[in-house]
Amino acid sequence: MRALTWQGTHDVRVETVADPEIINPRDAIIKVTSTAICGSDLHLYDGVIPGVLSGDILGHEFMGEVVETGPKSNLQKGQRVVVPFTISCGQCFHCAVQEYSCCSNSNPVEKQDMSANLYGHAMAGLFGYSHMTGGYSGGQAEYVRVPYSDIGPIVVPDHLDDDTVLFLSDILPTGWMAAENADIRPDDTVAVWGCGPVGLFAIQSALIMGASEVIAIDHYPHRLELARKLGAKVINFHETNVLEALMDMSGGIGVDAVIDAVGMEAHGFAIENIMDVAKQKIGIGADRASALRQAILAVRKGGRVSVPGVYGGLADKFPIGALMEKGLQLRTGQTHVQRYTKDLLAKIEEGKIDTTFLISHRLPLEQAAEGYKNFKQQQDSWTKVVLKPGMESA
Amino acid sequence: MSGHDRNGLWATAGLAGLMVAAGAGAFLTARNGRESGRRTPPDDAPGFTARRGFGSYDVAGRSVTIARPRQELYDFWRKFENLSSFMENIVSVKPTGQNGRAVWTIRAPAGRTVEVETEIVREEPGELIAWRSVPGSQIETEGRVTFKDAPGERGTRVSTRIAYKPPAGEVGRIIAKLFMREPAIQARHDLKRLKMLMEAGEIATSARRKDQTRAAKQQSKQEEMA
Repeated sequence: MRALTWQGTHDVRVETVADPEIINPRDAIIKVTSTAICGSDLHLYDGVIPGVLSGDILGHEFMGEVVETGPKSNLQKGQRVVVPFTISCGQCFHCAVQEYSCCSNSNPVEKQDMSANLYGHAMAGLFGYSHMTGGYSGGQAEYVRVPYSDIGPIVVPDHLDDDTVLFLSDILPTGWMAAENADIRPDDTVAVWGCGPVGLFAIQSALIMGASEVIAIDHYPHRLELARKLGAKVINFHETNVLEALMDMSGGIGVDAVIDAVGMEAHGFAIENIMDVAKQKIGIGADRASALRQAILAVRKGGRVSVPGVYGGLADKFPIGALMEKGLQLRTGQTHVQRYTKDLLAKIEEGKIDTTFLISHRLPLEQAAEGYKNFKQQQDSWTKVVLKPGMESA
Repeated sequence: MSGHDRNGLWATAGLAGLMVAAGAGAFLTARNGRESGRRTPPDDAPGFTARRGFGSYDVAGRSVTIARPRQELYDFWRKFENLSSFMENIVSVKPTGQNGRAVWTIRAPAGRTVEVETEIVREEPGELIAWRSVPGSQIETEGRVTFKDAPGERGTRVSTRIAYKPPAGEVGRIIAKLFMREPAIQARHDLKRLKMLMEAGEIATSARRKDQTRAAKQQSKQEEMA
């Protein structure tokens, strides 16, 4: 089959590789019809996530048709399914309490030591990511082996096209959980850093959950425009002193909840961010946490901090004093996708959530490398790239 | 910290009897009186986590919580033939039919295997199995596994404690290096595989094809070398 493989920093290529096959009883094989490039794929592209090996197949947002099932899969050939990016066994303690992204069993034993040493506990398995999260072959390919296929994939009705439901795999539930983690209450003013796909879905979710006002922060005009269309007020951090603006826009109280939908590769002018960039470049594992630092300073006393943005290592100058002295609550984590797919599919069907507005480009899988390059270099206009293995090359 | 306190700790951990049975008590009592001064009361931590060596013995321990009933897990373990399904270094464990004796065939490099015969020294159905190598084995080893109800609906806490002592000399050194170089890591990995098998019904692999799984690679390597 054809698949997008990681070869090194800023080097991804579509190559011919061996097809996947059923290995464990609960497996299914999915023929991919649509797969997206995620903002967190750019962290792999930029080489800032450890444990990615040459030849790894990337991609963790995908959907398609069931073409083969193991004896203990409950899927049927021909069904259309969206596959969560988190791989979860459904049977362990964490899965039982719906902490699917904390599954104890989905990361192969021999892959667990690295994250166990770094984080104190091993991570769950994820598709198309680091070997710290299992090194599972990802969805930017023609076929994918999907473990625990009786737990993860959600069958979608035929009248909803791929573009409408694809984002149930990651960014829609991730934006939703980000808002849920911000514990949004009526009358809240919520600030969201980053108007990428996760930030945009977090804005939509926060408004659905009853926030009185959402303020979106970014520096790409087109992305800010998308946020405005969803009903957010916007701040361009290139033009505006963000802390001063937020303080004033919240009537001197500070915003009630903040969402960092940026993560470890934050842009910014502040001196500590420039230091972070330097440290990340020479590979001493520093995450660039300037969005999170600013969010913690901006949030009101007793406020809530939600972090859907991806971090992998250690952050310097983390404002632990502000966190403690202001009495903040901090909630974060990889998304427990399986917890949300059913409800969010219903919201899509009812027309309550718009899922397609952020797609800027649709490309054949063969042009995936071009998609990565542009998604990275032209972030203003390339907001979301969907790859279609079946599509003819332009 | 006095030797007396240490012994108390070992008794608390329930390991003292086990260790003495294998002749390991010597290195425990040898510490008596060697240290003086400040007396620290024993804590509640498992003995193997102590910040000290265990003489010529290597000691490893690990607990895992498995969301399955205690009796089911005990029965699975007690059927020793099952152990090779999650213990990576074990080719097979074959009961010989007398006094809970069994022959463990253990993987070694160059396609070779090492055999160790063990006997059950203590058995409490549904709760505990303890074993040790029979006299004359190339490796002195003993271990035990306990099964305790976990709080609430969490299932069962399965704990293993393993001590082993390679014989003196070149042969022993090689064997030790070969087959249990890192018993703590091995114990941890084996228990995680047991958990996967009992909870999810399968052991996770991120391979894309059957011949790329860790088990398949190990098998083909073994055959190649043999």
